[in-house]
Amino acid sequence: MSPIINAVIPFLAALGLLLFNGVVMIWMLRKVLGFLHLRLGPMVQGPHGVFQTLFDVLKLLSKEDITPRKVDKVLFFLAPAIVFVPSLMAYMIIPFSETWVVADLDLGLLFVFAIMSLIPLGILAAGWSSNNKWSLIGAMRVIGAQITYEVPMLLAAIPIVIMAGSMNMGDIVDAQSQIWFIIHVPAFLLFFIAGLIESGQTPFDLIEAESELVSGYATEYSAMKFGLLFLSEFSNTFIFSALLVTLFFGGWHGGFGIVPAPVVFMLKTYIGIFIIMTIRGTMPRVRVDNLLAIGWKFLLPASLVVIILTAAIIKVFPVFSGGAL
Amino acid sequence: MAESVNIVAFFILAVFIVIGAIGMLCTKNIIHSGFWLLEVSVVAAAIYYLLGADYIALVQLLVYAGAVSVIIIFSIMITLRRREDATRSRDFSPLALVVAIMFCALTIAVICILPTGNILMPDSAPDFMTFSLKLFSPDGWALPFELASVVLTVALVGAVWWSRKENK
Repeated sequence: MSPIINAVIPFLAALGLLLFNGVVMIWMLRKVLGFLHLRLGPMVQGPHGVFQTLFDVLKLLSKEDITPRKVDKVLFFLAPAIVFVPSLMAYMIIPFSETWVVADLDLGLLFVFAIMSLIPLGILAAGWSSNNKWSLIGAMRVIGAQITYEVPMLLAAIPIVIMAGSMNMGDIVDAQSQIWFIIHVPAFLLFFIAGLIESGQTPFDLIEAESELVSGYATEYSAMKFGLLFLSEFSNTFIFSALLVTLFFGGWHGGFGIVPAPVVFMLKTYIGIFIIMTIRGTMPRVRVDNLLAIGWKFLLPASLVVIILTAAIIKVFPVFSGGAL
Repeated sequence: MAESVNIVAFFILAVFIVIGAIGMLCTKNIIHSGFWLLEVSVVAAAIYYLLGADYIALVQLLVYAGAVSVIIIFSIMITLRRREDATRSRDFSPLALVVAIMFCALTIAVICILPTGNILMPDSAPDFMTFSLKLFSPDGWALPFELASVVLTVALVGAVWWSRKENK
């Protein structure tokens, strides 16, 4: 095969997986929320409504793409792309198995954080260009929250990097062949809380709080532009769950040699998504000032302390480190 | 083959970065300026990546594109009293032209001073491990690095103090 085809196929596979995940996760969200609310959720299209999202996608594709008259046209058009492309690129380094990874980067973990840090800019572009107060307030909330929680999330991943001795996603999973890094509970909790906010999930979904802000930065968007913003949000949740699995739950390990590695990985990721959705269905929303206060006054110092303690413990008892330190 | 591809990629990126810089200067909308600046920093990260300095590229993306651009655009949006204030006429200042010409002359002068001929360059940028060992080993750059962080902390505290005083 020519090198170009070799390079393009994994990319297309990642795109396909992203779209597939989007469709499955929207259906799953409606089902899980329905289950939590003692309703059935979508039931009409196909068995238990599994085809519901497919029809929704068709609807979105065939809808009119409305551009309101007073929007900032260029930014309004570009914003969904700025939001969507980083989500897609983050798929490149998720290790589904030892060989199933699009780009096996040495700095894979840093790559995810770097590329995901562009998403707030897309949201800011969407919010500002919409020329709508709800959109702008929603966008400002995103920036506040994401700037605040990007740092603790990165810092909470550092203990794992110290334990694994590498930032390569594959190496991090390899280091967990004996024992999963979930043993480092404080780092897990910090990462989980910060990640919930980064991926815009309840109880921290202030960015588009339906009851307060219509739908936040996406208010003026319609048709497939809205679809892209929506899809990117779901794909961020998937990436967050995949990061959790890679960093803390042993990645593709745990199939006992019977279940193939990618299946194990996907299964764990979807269990993570299920838990995130359950939280979404049960927790009330946090207030904006509380959100920022938790981030700066608690999560940030706590993650610094956790890093120092982890480094000290690893230095004293090298048994805990999976990699070669 | 690989080298020619690199050169092609470099020129594409170079065109993008120049367009971004010109766009930032020429647009009438100050928010658009902010987004052009973002484009420039993303392309700069791509150029670092092309040169094989992937760590610097990612840090550029994380810090400059992800954080500094956000803060710049955010603070522009906060300081704009009305939405219409974002668009303003281009004001041409002769002083700025003088500064630009001086900077240009300085750059050309530096390039002329540089020794011509074969300058010894490494094949690729040092990888992440070499870089961090150099930076954090006691006989390396640990002390200057820490000093720089102390300077930044002082600047940060000073900025907070300054803004406090203004508010009263």
